[in-house]
Amino acid sequence: MTQLIPMPLTVIGGYLGAGKTTLVNHLLRNANGRRLAILVNEFGELPIDADLIEADDGDVISLTGGCVCCSYGNDLMMALVDMAKMNPRPDHIILESSGVALPGAIAGSVSLLRDYVLDGILVLADAETVQERASDKYMADTILRQLQDANIVLLNKVDLIDDAAKPALNDWLQEKSGSASIIETRNSALPIEVALQSFEHDGNFLADRSTHSTSQFETKFFNLTNSVNVEVLANELAAASEIVRAKGFVSDEEGELKTLQLVGQRYDITKAPENVEAGLVVIGVKPLPNLSHTLTGI
Amino acid sequence: MTTIYSAKKIITMNPVRPEATHVAVRDGRILGAGSLAELKGWGDYTLDERFADKVIMPGLVEGHSHAMEGTLWRYTYVGYFDRMDPNGKVWSGLDGIEGVLDRLKEADANMEDPDAPLPGWSLDPIYFNNERVTREDLDKVSTTRPVGVMHASGHILNVNSKALEMAGLLKTGLNNPGVPLGKDGLPTGELKGPDVMTPVGIHVGFDRDMLACDEQGLVDFAKLCVRSGVTTATDLAARLPDEAVEMMSRVTARENFPTRIVPLRFHHGVTPEELIAHVLELKKKTSDRLRLGMIKVVVDGSIQGFSARMRWPGYFNGAENGLWYISPEHLQQIINSSLEHNIHIHTHTNGDEATELVLDCMEEGLLQHPSRDHRFTLQHCQLADTAQFRRMNKLGMCVNLFANHHFYWGDEHYNLTVGPERAERMNACATALENDVPMAIHSDAPITPLGPLFTAWCAVNRLTASGRTQGEAEKIEVDEALYAITLGAAYTLKLDGEVGSIETGKRADFAILEDDPETVGGESLKDVGVWGTVQDGRVFPASEL
Ligand SMILES: [Zn+2]
Repeated sequence: MTQLIPMPLTVIGGYLGAGKTTLVNHLLRNANGRRLAILVNEFGELPIDADLIEADDGDVISLTGGCVCCSYGNDLMMALVDMAKMNPRPDHIILESSGVALPGAIAGSVSLLRDYVLDGILVLADAETVQERASDKYMADTILRQLQDANIVLLNKVDLIDDAAKPALNDWLQEKSGSASIIETRNSALPIEVALQSFEHDGNFLADRSTHSTSQFETKFFNLTNSVNVEVLANELAAASEIVRAKGFVSDEEGELKTLQLVGQRYDITKAPENVEAGLVVIGVKPLPNLSHTLTGI
Repeated sequence: MTTIYSAKKIITMNPVRPEATHVAVRDGRILGAGSLAELKGWGDYTLDERFADKVIMPGLVEGHSHAMEGTLWRYTYVGYFDRMDPNGKVWSGLDGIEGVLDRLKEADANMEDPDAPLPGWSLDPIYFNNERVTREDLDKVSTTRPVGVMHASGHILNVNSKALEMAGLLKTGLNNPGVPLGKDGLPTGELKGPDVMTPVGIHVGFDRDMLACDEQGLVDFAKLCVRSGVTTATDLAARLPDEAVEMMSRVTARENFPTRIVPLRFHHGVTPEELIAHVLELKKKTSDRLRLGMIKVVVDGSIQGFSARMRWPGYFNGAENGLWYISPEHLQQIINSSLEHNIHIHTHTNGDEATELVLDCMEEGLLQHPSRDHRFTLQHCQLADTAQFRRMNKLGMCVNLFANHHFYWGDEHYNLTVGPERAERMNACATALENDVPMAIHSDAPITPLGPLFTAWCAVNRLTASGRTQGEAEKIEVDEALYAITLGAAYTLKLDGEVGSIETGKRADFAILEDDPETVGGESLKDVGVWGTVQDGRVFPASEL
């Protein structure tokens, strides 16, 4: 039995009404050739915009661009086991958890399945209501545990609150979510390369070496020829709250090439594949901190 | 065509004439209970004296069971307690890991296909001084086939190395609280929690087909009902897709099918709107022996799995609070719509915070949709305090308490999960009755064995497995317990007009007993012999199943 390359999976969490479904639709519209598979708890409140749907045969909805949407009901793990048998396999799985689920626990379970590799946990917070929910008689600890689990927090619907209220809300979220990256959004409009790991599996991800920026985000490429302490580097990148994602191949102090992958505050360091070149791509909120010292001076 | 049955004693549960010597049956229904002389007035009859030395009770009603128990018996039973299978064979309880392994080895030897999975069930290491079963232990059963043993609680699965290997988990570096690791860094083979159990469980035979009750399982479940005197039983929570409903309708309609089955539609996996729409459709398919159209909503997890939602001060051992399985908004929406459409809901709550949420939602729902006789029932509701029972009364709610739990896990609750004081108030039957909350008691089979007389014994004696009386003040009397397993449970299903007592016009549903539960004494209730049942006037001797 040949072992296929594990599929990257992103967990989208957050309470009811925070904008999870809107985010899923936004990502589908901007999939740009990626074949996304969406797993939702239930096909309720029309999880997918009608114009994206090509065919609906009950359990699986076929979407434009080779994407699909399935509901998992009360048995997420079984749905994931089934999805691994799909042919062709999706490029990326987006798992929309239910409003009361703990995304960290889901991620922990996903990590046991050899067909998947966790890309990150994205938790949406409704700027208008998140603090009120976080002191709700019944839901407070659930909301706080969801935020704690996040690698990236989307502070959504920021257009609906006063600008003056934003700094305090950001500080509060930062405290509750550990060192997750916090990104302000409207209508869950998050660029797909920020939301999802968009690098190739085979190491060719560095093909696009241009450094570019959109209104809110910036992508920078670093040519890393020197050896560094990868662990220390990863910690520094994780501590910089502007940095949302990073991936690259870095030469460690023994001169061995390592893959470094970072989402928010969480990172993995593994042995790099053969035949890849050193280099690092960093995506974050503008302006990115000056990393030249970090990347060369350690 | 009238048949009059004579009996040593007939316990009617009808206060007008609580005892009788004869009962007359016509067309599957009761003409009346009384003396032979009284019943002769109904005209021509056949006197049937086969129960002359038996005691007849109303057919027992199990208000919280799962038909899956029938399916589980196809797997190897490795429990600590003696337990009877659908064919009447009593499997002796196993009091140590050696015994468990021997029974599994025996099952292994009887299997032809060396690669086929070997599933076992009802393991309970609490009774082996908590000595854990390891993958090395189960490797002694087989290294070629996957072997997996489900714990009695349903929350833990132990598997052998082969099963771990097939699931890709026989490796180091795993970091998941549900997968304990051994000194070698490899999983010990113990898997805790449904998400961790599923990916391995499918390799050892615990797949989704097992969890839904199939045709053979339903037939076997009904046999267990006959053996325990049950004529009406719930299948509390199924997704009820069309194929399952078709199968259940077909099987229960058979002339020799002995049980009235009441399946409830599980809330999960569909939106509140879809749920209501599905249940309204299901209602149309209801039949005499398959009663459809009710909803089960699961609000939290379990106490021994530390996933029940607890109010302050939470778990005795300091474990983090449990999990919500539904949001308050969705619960409120389901309750409101159900009240509006006159759909009957049972809610699963174990922790007292989950119970409180249901009470709050009911209060709100009833303001919007007043209902005089909704009988929404709190299932398990194990930790409710007196104030909550008072609210249940005011809101017109019923409760079905998990009396058996006390016996099987009472010591665990006392020492570990909720601590002494709350362990003593758990499953507060006396408080429910004092506050006039209509009450049933249940087994939650297969979590504990189906057997309402045993459940009654648990509620009357409140003994734990170690022999301690836990919660003297919450004991109930024998007559109260017998009411709970007949009319009490029937009331929570809105079937009390049809079953639950022996009186004119009701279904001829009887439990045929070898002893008199009213006189054997509370301490012997569990030992009352069951000869079989009569259901809708059809006689089902346990010996001929
Ligand atoms: Zn149950």
